[in-house]
Amino acid sequence: MKDYLDFEKPIRDLEERIEKLVGASTGRASAQDEIRKLKAKLAQTETELYASLSPWQRTQIARHAQRPSIQDYINAFCRDFLELHGDRAFADDQAILGGLATFGGRSVMVIGHQKGKTLKERMLRNFGMPNPEGYRKALRLMKLAEKFDRPILTFIDTPGAYPGIGAEERGQAEAIARNLLVMARLRVPMLSVVIGEGGSGGALALGVTDRVLMLEHSVYSVISPEGCAAILWDNPAKAPDAAAALKMTASDLATLKIIDEIIPEPIGGAHRDPQAMAERVAKALTTHLSQLEELLAEELLTQRDQKYRQMGVFTDPPPPVS
Amino acid sequence: MAWFKKESTPSAEPTKRPKVVEGMWLKCSHCREIVYRKEVDRNNKVCPKCEYHFPISVTERIALLTDLGTFREWDADLAPQDPLGFSDSRAYPERLKAQQDKTGRKDALVTGEGAINGRRLVLAVFDFSFMGGSMGSVVGEKLCRAIEHAITMRLPVVLVCTSGGARMQEGILSLMQMAKTSAAVARLGEARLPFITILADPTFGGVTASVAMLGDVIIAEPKALIGFAGPRVIEQTIKQQLPDEFQRAEFLLEHGIVDMIVERRRLKETVGSLLGHL
Repeated sequence: MKDYLDFEKPIRDLEERIEKLVGASTGRASAQDEIRKLKAKLAQTETELYASLSPWQRTQIARHAQRPSIQDYINAFCRDFLELHGDRAFADDQAILGGLATFGGRSVMVIGHQKGKTLKERMLRNFGMPNPEGYRKALRLMKLAEKFDRPILTFIDTPGAYPGIGAEERGQAEAIARNLLVMARLRVPMLSVVIGEGGSGGALALGVTDRVLMLEHSVYSVISPEGCAAILWDNPAKAPDAAAALKMTASDLATLKIIDEIIPEPIGGAHRDPQAMAERVAKALTTHLSQLEELLAEELLTQRDQKYRQMGVFTDPPPPVS
Repeated sequence: MAWFKKESTPSAEPTKRPKVVEGMWLKCSHCREIVYRKEVDRNNKVCPKCEYHFPISVTERIALLTDLGTFREWDADLAPQDPLGFSDSRAYPERLKAQQDKTGRKDALVTGEGAINGRRLVLAVFDFSFMGGSMGSVVGEKLCRAIEHAITMRLPVVLVCTSGGARMQEGILSLMQMAKTSAAVARLGEARLPFITILADPTFGGVTASVAMLGDVIIAEPKALIGFAGPRVIEQTIKQQLPDEFQRAEFLLEHGIVDMIVERRRLKETVGSLLGHL
């Protein structure tokens, strides 16, 4: 059973009509002809619909319940995944998954948010919203990777860091800040892919890497459209407007020179063809990783420094001539 | 001809009333007591009843922390742009213009060089009155430049935070300022130069989750609200009322998140002694 989004109704209708005809088909030429026509119409509708998605519609695809997760990508293109648990201090945060794996013949550290797909799993994983111990586990694994000179691959998919009492008591802000500081100086190649939702600081805490890639329909923003609408419009229902204003789609981020590559999705989104999506992600990761592996640690750090140092848009007037 | 028109007496008017009546008294936003403004001013803007530290301006903060006449501002002309073409109820450039007119500053951070008890240092102070001290491209760039100057000149950096977090109107560019400034703090650390952060009321969001929490020593002002998520967001998420002193400086000290709480009148002296050790 496919899970359709509201704006996908025209596609749903066409697919249902085709299914009905196929089911009732007696092989009559007129029925075959009708199916052919409908399929052509479906293809055209899909092409048009997905070529002109609004930022809010993309956000919905990015949050789709069936969207492939880090676990799906690990299963698709990593071998011998060994999950490593816990921050060695407080807990094992299930909202972040991490461990060692073989990717393209080399050992890598894989870390990412995991939202969960069924309701039970979503609750276990806190809907992909990490507590401080999640970020501290990630940091521990990243330092482990650095110690043994292994590249780090991160997969970003979170609504944001969890806003809770315990999270504040245990230093949510410090945990995120520490990751930003340490990631800036890790001496191994680091790559991240925004596979779904890049929710603010909670996403960035796994995202200060040498190359940042985004899936075509994924989003990445300083605040959720709902949060932004509640604050600036005083009305959460204005989320679609906020989504557009925030410039949070992959193509927006490429225009703003924040990300390095957009990985195209199968028509209808990654969940329509997870296998094809995984192949494209693996290919992009391989290309970037091989480039980064050519660099010495010092060059890697210099490039990473420059990458983040130049982010920002402002006017710098020349000093007055005296 | 309006023969019944009342003669205007503009010059007489102001002298009839006592000036700024409502300004003589102040309601403490913490203990809700009515306090005498002059007494508060004399007390470094600290409530005489409950010791709440009222917000102070950037100028007052610099005067409080540095030796008289030593502060030299840098990059004051660095100005924001509108990279997203952002508009909510008001267009971002309009908002900026209004804030610039109000504060006389281009953006929400003042950076420069000064001295504490004769020791030179780099000082950066957030201006909460400019769009809630939010961090956008200008704040990030100015802070990075200040840290880089500190590395070149081998000086310590003191950062005073009061901020609502990242500036939504600059979208993802604001988020990236967290990475950019944290990377600068990392380089400062590698140069083995001290970084002291002073967190005043309020410090939240992307500023807490980057530079504010990266101090070698983190100082909080008494009763300052400091956190990652705002109390309203947490309440809506967990559907529970929050404990009274939640996210206050004392709460953070108790949970091991800040090094010390320092009263405003002892702030300069404390920073001076810390720098003597570092």
